[in-house]
Amino acid sequence: MIFINSFLFAGAICCISQIILDNTKLTPGHITSILVVLGSFLDIFNIYDKIVEVVGGGAMVPITSFGHLLIHGALAKASSMGPLGIVMGMFDLTASGITAAIIFSFVFAVIFKPKN
Amino acid sequence: MKNEKYENIVKKYAAKESRVSNAVIAFIVGGLVGVLGEALIEFFCFKFHVSRNEASTFMIITLIFIGSLCTALGFFDKLVSFARCGLLIPITGFAHSMTSAALDFRKEGLVTGIGANMFKLAGTVIIYGVVSAWFFGTIRLLIGG
Repeated sequence: MIFINSFLFAGAICCISQIILDNTKLTPGHITSILVVLGSFLDIFNIYDKIVEVVGGGAMVPITSFGHLLIHGALAKASSMGPLGIVMGMFDLTASGITAAIIFSFVFAVIFKPKN
Repeated sequence: MKNEKYENIVKKYAAKESRVSNAVIAFIVGGLVGVLGEALIEFFCFKFHVSRNEASTFMIITLIFIGSLCTALGFFDKLVSFARCGLLIPITGFAHSMTSAALDFRKEGLVTGIGANMFKLAGTVIIYGVVSAWFFGTIRLLIGG
């Protein structure tokens, strides 16, 4: 069941973005930014957490989960440190993804040559 | 040739892109990536006996690795031009934008090329993510504590 939920949720987000991309002048950069803001907005009152419980991996894959993880780490730190915790805990949960992306991009850019 | 005639001919021969089929393809491909993510989480949970949170971190790293490698090997661009948002919205799109920027500016040197331009496309995601998370986090602290 969780696989079907994953399929429907991830597919729906991609489908909506594709419709926005086709019918407006927004670029993919605009749409990913909007989705990140939407993801962190939905996590103000832990709505996105409930979506992740129901949908599983399908909610972790789209870029909305990036905003969700940012605010989630910030609020977790803020509960023990106060307002300063938001600044300290911002990258707690997303550090792995950003670091992996930087390292893989750098290594592959040094090893491979651009095809075009 | 008159402008109108020219425009008509361009319209006639321009590649026809159906918005409906674009949306359906994006739905199916994006859904498959979501299923792949869920399958990877279950696999890591089962194989390494880690909690679900750690398994989803592994899953994100794996997808980023796949996205970067396919971009570096050169065939991810073709997949993106076919599936569009189906591959750009998942985390693979984030890896794709970073790797392609790094590859494109590689010839300008390690520092002024790769170093300065790697976040050219992916930077917006991080910047607006951090700004919005800070803003909404402060609101949450003020409202609910």
